[in-house]
Amino acid sequence: MNSLVYTRYELLRTLRNRRFFLLSLGFPLILFFAIAGPNRNVHNFDKSGISSPLYYMVGMAAFGTMSAMFSCGGRIAAERAVGWNRQLRITPLSPRSYFRVKVITGYMMAIISLLALYLAGTSLGVRLGASEWLEMTGLILVGLIPFAALGILIGHMLTPDSTGPAMGGGISLLALLGGVYFPLGHHGFLPELAQYIPSYWLVQASHVAIGGHAWPAKGWIVMFAWTVVLSVLAGRAYRSDTGRV
Amino acid sequence: MSLSSPPAPSISPVARSGGIELAGLTKSFASPQGVVRAVRGIDVSIASGETVALLGPNGAGKSTTIDMLLGLLDPDAGTVSVFGRPPTHAVAEGAVGGMLQTGQLIRDLSVRELVTMMASLYPAPLDVEETLELAGVSEIAAQRTNKLSGGQTQRVRLAVALVSDAELLVLDEPTVALDVEGRQAFWGTMRAFAARGKTVLFATHYLEEADAYADRAVLMAHGRIVADGPTNEIKAMVGTRTIRATLPDVQSDALAALPGVSGAERRGELATLSCTDSDAAIRALLSEYPDARDIEITAAGLEEAFLELTADGAEEHAPAGLPPGSPPDAETGRNEQATEARR
Repeated sequence: MNSLVYTRYELLRTLRNRRFFLLSLGFPLILFFAIAGPNRNVHNFDKSGISSPLYYMVGMAAFGTMSAMFSCGGRIAAERAVGWNRQLRITPLSPRSYFRVKVITGYMMAIISLLALYLAGTSLGVRLGASEWLEMTGLILVGLIPFAALGILIGHMLTPDSTGPAMGGGISLLALLGGVYFPLGHHGFLPELAQYIPSYWLVQASHVAIGGHAWPAKGWIVMFAWTVVLSVLAGRAYRSDTGRV
Repeated sequence: MSLSSPPAPSISPVARSGGIELAGLTKSFASPQGVVRAVRGIDVSIASGETVALLGPNGAGKSTTIDMLLGLLDPDAGTVSVFGRPPTHAVAEGAVGGMLQTGQLIRDLSVRELVTMMASLYPAPLDVEETLELAGVSEIAAQRTNKLSGGQTQRVRLAVALVSDAELLVLDEPTVALDVEGRQAFWGTMRAFAARGKTVLFATHYLEEADAYADRAVLMAHGRIVADGPTNEIKAMVGTRTIRATLPDVQSDALAALPGVSGAERRGELATLSCTDSDAAIRALLSEYPDARDIEITAAGLEEAFLELTADGAEEHAPAGLPPGSPPDAETGRNEQATEARR
């Protein structure tokens, strides 16, 4: 068994699906240019001392990578709908390899989305030091782990026609609570709640480059807890999902 | 059991370690109409290298049985053993290839790429080009999987099953989407594969397919096995015709004694004869009772034959039904009983 061959074709398949590719990549880019474009000369966004393009580049990086992981769930749901998942289950492909390839595919999409946004940001004048780019990228990649599990979980729970609304709504809510669109402030219920939501820490990760802090212990614990819970749920959903859809 | 299988040099060590054993398999599902007892205690054993048809009308429990055989579904009771191990182990070792009843292909790959991708999952797959040739999809190997016709899709699905080169090949109603020509080509491929010493189990509701391509047929209806034997015996059992005629003043016993007739019943002036050989029966009927009129000969469809074999009507009154694994008793008086109950 050669899982490299399998992984290669799975990646190729994802890249070839143009509609999927353009939508999952295009949306954060369009949002970025729509919001940051007209404000490209705002150098002190919301009195934060950073430029508007920089703020929205990192916000959309969180949004785009999160969407990429979610879209992995949409693809799983679509495969299940045509009976392909059952076909895979009667091959020697182990659940572990299956998950691994799905996660790799999600990460590939996330990285492409990230690079596209970095390029877009640079085109609007964003400049960061090498260590800032690296630290931000590293933390975002770690912060995506619970979303990878979440993608697999929805993929095995929902049907293709319900993944649309579930993902659209889920991403919007997580983005809002994470502070993608605007800073949540520091007082009151919302910022308090946000600290227990994985997207908050994902956005924090992207904010490292704009003077935010790397995760404190609380951030690591919250992310770890979500990863464990979502992975267990995803594994359970996968195991109970052997029937004909 | 496996000891009695013919020692063919092409049978691998995997297959030698035992055939397929289904013992006391039972599976029920909850549905809005109540509990559906899809499989009600079946026992089947298949030797390595055998080609077996699982024959039955829709809703007989064939797909549920196959899902349990493949480890996709856990039985409520009973055991499945594939070459001496649980089905999930056999699947993990690459000893099973399958084509499920429903299913399309994933998109955005060419036929060749898809088959290559699936081949990479098996420890000792067939050569991809050879598989494409065998399944008759070489000409469309460069086409995208989402641009294929229904028949082409079905053949590519077969290629995906064949490339495993697995010891056991399971096909759930593989020819449903195919036309007559497609069917013949399909079974030609299957024969070539089976000739390599592989064990093949396929589900079908076409008696002709079972007859032409299997060594043995296992008949299922209502979640039970109603007959299990060489296909020619099964064919004789279910390939019956019925003669109806208006024929006053003759006892049904006398009619049942006619050559080629396995059972007879009367309802008023109308006599109904179940025939094993309707040609002989009609000759005898006309020579002995020339005043028979309104004669009608109908071929009992498989569906109908199944109903007779399973005494469907009688079951309504005795839901406990047959004990698991009870022998088929097609040629008994239950035929008449069933005919009666259908009215």
